[in-house]
Amino acid sequence: MNNIARLGLGLLLSSSLATAHAEDVKIGMITTLSGGGSHLGVDVRDGFMLAMEQAGRDDIEVLIQDDARRPDLARTLSNEFMQRDEVDIMTGIIWSNLAMAVVPAAVRQGTFYLSPNAGPSDLAGRMCHENYFNVAYQNDNLHGAMGAYMREQGYENPIIMAPNYPAGTDALAGFKHLFEGEVVDELYTQIGQTDYAAEIAQIRDSDADSLFFFLPGGMGISFMKQWDNSGVDMPVFGAAFSFDEILIKAVGSASIGAMNTSLWAYDLDNEANHAFVEGFQSAYERMPTLYAAQGYDTANLILSALEKAHPSDKDAFREALREADFDSVRGEFRFGPNHHPIQDIYVREVVEGDDGEPTNRLVGVAVEDIQDVYHTQCEM
Amino acid sequence: MTNLDSSSTAEPGVAQHRARWHDRKGLVQIALLAGLLLVPIGLHLLGHVYYVNLASKVTLIAMAAVGLNLAIGYGGMVSFGHAAYFGLGGYVAGISAYHAFDATALITWPVSIPGSDNMLVIWLAAIVLCGLLALAIGAISLRTTGVYFIMITLAFAQMVYYFANSWPSYGGEDGLPIYLRNGLPGLDTNDALTFFLISFAGLVLAMAITSRLMKSRFGAALTMARLNDTRLATAGINPYPIRLAAFVISAMITGLAGALYADLNGFVSPSMLSWHFSGELMVIVILGGVGRLYGPLAGAVLFVMMETLLGGLTEYWQLFLGLLLLVVVLFAKHGVMGWLAGREHDE
Amino acid sequence: MSVTLLIEQLINGLQLGTMLFLMASGLTLVFGVMGLINLAHGSFYMVGAYATAVVSAASGSFLLGLAAGVIAAAATGALVELIVIRRLYHRPHLDQVLATFALILIFSEGTRWLFGSSPLWLNPPEWLNGFATLPGGARYPIYRLVIIGVGIAVAIALYVVISRTRLGMRIRAGESDREMIGALGVNIAKLYTLVFAMGAALAGLAGAMVGALQSVQVGMGEPVLILAFVVIVIGGIGSIKGALFGAILVGVVDTLGRVYLPALFNNFMPASEATAIGAALAAMLIYILMAVILAFKPKGLFAAHD
Repeated sequence: MNNIARLGLGLLLSSSLATAHAEDVKIGMITTLSGGGSHLGVDVRDGFMLAMEQAGRDDIEVLIQDDARRPDLARTLSNEFMQRDEVDIMTGIIWSNLAMAVVPAAVRQGTFYLSPNAGPSDLAGRMCHENYFNVAYQNDNLHGAMGAYMREQGYENPIIMAPNYPAGTDALAGFKHLFEGEVVDELYTQIGQTDYAAEIAQIRDSDADSLFFFLPGGMGISFMKQWDNSGVDMPVFGAAFSFDEILIKAVGSASIGAMNTSLWAYDLDNEANHAFVEGFQSAYERMPTLYAAQGYDTANLILSALEKAHPSDKDAFREALREADFDSVRGEFRFGPNHHPIQDIYVREVVEGDDGEPTNRLVGVAVEDIQDVYHTQCEM
Repeated sequence: MTNLDSSSTAEPGVAQHRARWHDRKGLVQIALLAGLLLVPIGLHLLGHVYYVNLASKVTLIAMAAVGLNLAIGYGGMVSFGHAAYFGLGGYVAGISAYHAFDATALITWPVSIPGSDNMLVIWLAAIVLCGLLALAIGAISLRTTGVYFIMITLAFAQMVYYFANSWPSYGGEDGLPIYLRNGLPGLDTNDALTFFLISFAGLVLAMAITSRLMKSRFGAALTMARLNDTRLATAGINPYPIRLAAFVISAMITGLAGALYADLNGFVSPSMLSWHFSGELMVIVILGGVGRLYGPLAGAVLFVMMETLLGGLTEYWQLFLGLLLLVVVLFAKHGVMGWLAGREHDE
Repeated sequence: MSVTLLIEQLINGLQLGTMLFLMASGLTLVFGVMGLINLAHGSFYMVGAYATAVVSAASGSFLLGLAAGVIAAAATGALVELIVIRRLYHRPHLDQVLATFALILIFSEGTRWLFGSSPLWLNPPEWLNGFATLPGGARYPIYRLVIIGVGIAVAIALYVVISRTRLGMRIRAGESDREMIGALGVNIAKLYTLVFAMGAALAGLAGAMVGALQSVQVGMGEPVLILAFVVIVIGGIGSIKGALFGAILVGVVDTLGRVYLPALFNNFMPASEATAIGAALAAMLIYILMAVILAFKPKGLFAAHD
């Protein structure tokens, strides 16, 4: 039934543009709703729509389209939003490579783009733009924070691993930047790799005292299962991208004990977060992930700016966004000069929850007020 | 390539009758081409830029499929790796524009060559490089037949894909944005309609080349190589170089389409090289009607429309796309063109 | 790199190979007997994994789940053969590619519709969580050894079925002369459904076994499908022996390439570049292997017939 309701919602969303008024605000969301990794897009959408519903404004129209994780389709859809529907704001993209296909052209044409997830280094540095805001993180944030945390915890010889693609090499570079020590070895895996027996054997054979890895989505599930099955006894560290609430349920008990950095945790103690977690659970009957939190924050940032200005007044609206005058579920939130967050990064541990299922528990703050290194390259 | 069952496939090539404007086939063909040209112009006059860009997309995908159709339909070479040429063409446009923008050298050895943002230079480079790549791949692949040929072309395309994905210099998986659309002297390529007309000219040229080629002695030999290898051999003609030449030309057309497609999107990424895209190109060729001059055009129109329309309706659009494709392949054996314009005369 | 590690990596390669064999044997059988290219073979792998995950979560028994996975894949295979595939036997390869490409879309999105976009939970059973000691002292997970064992058992079973039974005789007859077995009074339609379901069951078995070590999610069959195609093309399409040999070759080459190529480049390059280039080359390695083999043996290593 839920699916049919959603289908109806989709129809409604895409057919209601005829009734829009001039003062109304149109938001175009392109996100990944089908194929591999679609639970990220679904959560961004649901978090975003939750905030919109809670705000209860009827002058905001959200158009939603599925990019199926394909850059060229995302590009076509963004043209559709900008040129046919003339949206004021775009958001929703999950993956860095899709963001790189859509964002530079969109912001140059005067549309505001607010990223609820992807944060490639180019968009934070040499390709930054006044109409581009990242409400989530710069890609290196979580990895760098884990580097700092592991150094602080006294680890000396970590072995580090990531897929061989830009986000992977960036992740390892970000980690090393704040770890500041020597790593035993760097392993590069293939994108979409499903078997990690060879890498696990290499890790065990090394002299490392700890493992840091970045393997988002299904790759992380496969690795954690095989890691557990191999019986290697070494502390494991990663970023939240491999340990969201949905992924750790799929991994099961094998993920217990792993530490991961995140910009948000569901047990963060602040009022906005309580409202979000409770609202999300009652609306969708599942635990929110950090992607849902990012979508929720993105919507609330937009709502806060709309209180002050309409997007057609570009300078005023941009200024209102820059102030970030909203209650973020992750606590304090402000933008750096390149419109990327300056925020605390938390450490969570995967533990057994009350229902026996694994869940994340907040341990503490890894790094306060982390800021990406690319802002120095940004000329805005 | 004996696996193309000749009894159930259209027989293109030498024996194909000339379409006259007053018969059904001629009318459908003229309507298709005129529709593709006039609808965007009309929409442009009404101020709908989006639809003009969508028409450019249809046109370029159709052009890539025209290239593939030369290999599959006319040459009987079922290539599952044409994304390699489409992507290479795209990367030529992207890399050249990147260096032109940064004012750095494209290569420094043995001679220093700067990047260029002139489309003519980029097109030439894309055609030459795709031709060379296809020459290398074709020379090895054409030693095999049937399913082996399908799979070896796929393997080569996968190599190029993984290479582009993990090679860090030009963005890897993140792809490479083209900040400023490449230019053509005397024209404003940033104008949507101008760009559409350039693409349209490319498509018509590709179709004209295919048509001329198939009416020539070369085309006769290629058709013969597809239908009856041994008869060609007994006539003293070696089918291998003929097939190879057709394969190379096919790749050049697809590569040129790729270069234009990168400029249309302002972006090139390894997804242009993926096996999914090779599959989609095949789907378009089959959907339109294998070995029919206008087949790729009809297939591209239908495929892009389905993708765009269904995507707006439901997040499960790929399910319905799959069902539709299945119905087409099971019940419309000669593709959309076979259904619209009737069978070829000599079937 | 020690000898112990090399031995362990060889076993890892062997394990990857036996898993690929389970996929490839069904694919090659279907091609050999019916002359059909089936891109949707990876979907049966996914069906097997999903059914195993759902049933073992509900019943608490991995073996029950495994049985459900194999049966579900076989049933899906039979159904797909009856509704779609049998209309394709006399069609050109192109039509088969298009129709089975469409089936991939239908299966992937249909599964997502039924089970949602979140990956499912599926782990190896507790009683297979031990370790064996390899020569040289390394500990190796029992579960992976079990996968190797299952793969070998399937290979032997297939050999026996094909060379010793009436069904096998018909399969062999179908491979060499399709018209002939019809004339012999064999019910071809039934034989084809049976062979197709058998291939699907093997893919389902692979999905169920390996799903416990991987992410059970939509689209999980696609990377394996491409590898399985590489395997059967290297081995020679239609040849079970070729599939076995090709699978182990691909498994071992891929595993060793991933481990030793970056190390090799380390000898004459700066470390960071070496690992990136080594990994890039490792990703291309099996395709290079396939191209080289086909360049010299255009019909694969154990060509049956085209």
